[in-house]
Amino acid sequence: MALAIAFWLLAAVAVIAALGVVLLRNVFRAALSLILCFLMVAGLYITLSADFLAAVQILVYVGAISVLIILAIMMTREVQRGSPNSRFQIPAAIVAVLFLEVLILTLINTPWQISGTPPTAPTTSALANSLFGEGGYLLPVEIAAVLLLSAILGAIVLAREK
Amino acid sequence: MATGELSIYNLVKFQAIPPDWPGGFWWHWLFFTVVVIGFVLTMVMGVIYIERRGMGRMQSRLGPNRTGPFGLLQPVADAIKVLLKENIVPVAADKIVHWLAPVIAFAPALMIFAVIPFENGALLADLNIGILYVVAISSVSTVGIFMAGWGSSNKYSLLGAMRNVAAVVSYEIPLVLAIVGVVLIAGSLSLNQMVVAQDIPFILLQPLGFLLFFTAGCAEINRSPFDLMEADSEIVAGFHTEYSGMKFAMFYLVEYAEAVAISAIITTLFLGGWRGPLLPPWLWFIVKVMLVFFAMVWTRTTLPRIRIDQLMAFAWKFLLPMSLLNLFITALQVLADWPTQLIWAMIIVNFAVMAIIILIWSRFFFRLGWGRIEV
Repeated sequence: MALAIAFWLLAAVAVIAALGVVLLRNVFRAALSLILCFLMVAGLYITLSADFLAAVQILVYVGAISVLIILAIMMTREVQRGSPNSRFQIPAAIVAVLFLEVLILTLINTPWQISGTPPTAPTTSALANSLFGEGGYLLPVEIAAVLLLSAILGAIVLAREK
Repeated sequence: MATGELSIYNLVKFQAIPPDWPGGFWWHWLFFTVVVIGFVLTMVMGVIYIERRGMGRMQSRLGPNRTGPFGLLQPVADAIKVLLKENIVPVAADKIVHWLAPVIAFAPALMIFAVIPFENGALLADLNIGILYVVAISSVSTVGIFMAGWGSSNKYSLLGAMRNVAAVVSYEIPLVLAIVGVVLIAGSLSLNQMVVAQDIPFILLQPLGFLLFFTAGCAEINRSPFDLMEADSEIVAGFHTEYSGMKFAMFYLVEYAEAVAISAIITTLFLGGWRGPLLPPWLWFIVKVMLVFFAMVWTRTTLPRIRIDQLMAFAWKFLLPMSLLNLFITALQVLADWPTQLIWAMIIVNFAVMAIIILIWSRFFFRLGWGRIEV
């Protein structure tokens, strides 16, 4: 019961915040609304007993990505007083509708399974075992790290003044 | 994890308080919420007094000594004064953002204390992701400072906020890497489990990690010598230039609540938390927090503020390689089972390693200052 109330509260605020991201004219407030949305999603993870995922969600999306977005807004001169007029409004709307359609179709057609087993209590060791243990994803994780590093180096090389 | 004979805490038998003490989930929640808020507010008053008197003493002056005995009531007087001040909001400010910023900056500082144990098991929530929760939550307070800088529509506020973000993003990396060393030895992310695992305070096993955490922690919460974000000789007061009255008081509160939080985390991770002989555990905890904070005051009065170009260089060229080396050495030692088997060897080796690495690195690779400007 309490879990259901928590879910509906979090979900409602997340949807309102997501609408705010799209509808608010002030870009900075839109970014703040995005942060609220991320926090609500982290709350949803907690109701699903995925505490590690929730902490990582806040750490990565609120602590890193949102801060990066806000920093980008601060560095951009034109964008500060509302979003500038864009020529891509109609194409963007078409792509958004198509994407929404794909999402809804996937949601309806996927057979969602609900596990009967109670959630594992300490999630960290279970996660670590499935990532780095036998038959895990050790190599992909390492490669992802190297890939990100090379992306950063590439960005620096591209942005650097000659 | 360490063996029983080597424990220096053998005098104390510690028993865990049951997880829903005193009786039931909601009573536990209510009790510890009140305890946390009361603890933070009284500690903030205490540390403000320590800082002002300690700084006065170290700078050969008196410090506040007129209000009450020994000036003890100075924080109270300041609080009343600031409450009665007029609340000024700039005309060009983004009103909602300007109003929300102090609240969003203060909430994470308070939420950190939910996972910090005052005694064995005496904490609001013994999360098994404890320290990760602390790192995640503390990254939210950056958003509050950002909002303050942006919402004021003042160039000094904005500059202060930008400096703050640059510093926080850079210093978070050595901070987290220093934490990982402790996590490796303790074998748990829960802060209470970490304290239980500390038969020997981890400062002895992780001396370099302690120094790195202390330095990066001071930078993270904008304390001198890393207080560039509110450097009054350069950018007035940084992100809270346009704040007055109660909202300024909130930022003042955030600053010291974060200082207490960092002291409490250092106490829990490196100094054995609530453990200690003779005195009750919660008293040991408070004494250790006060000691760490005193060390912060000490560094504040002793060291000059570093320049903006040195700030970044110090994080990336000095602290980051140090913390990587520290993590590598600790991982090797944990693999070789030193924390349980060869604990004295580990202490001696780690202190020697710390001295040698810091000496070599500061001599040949990176030296702060040298009177030249680096980019």
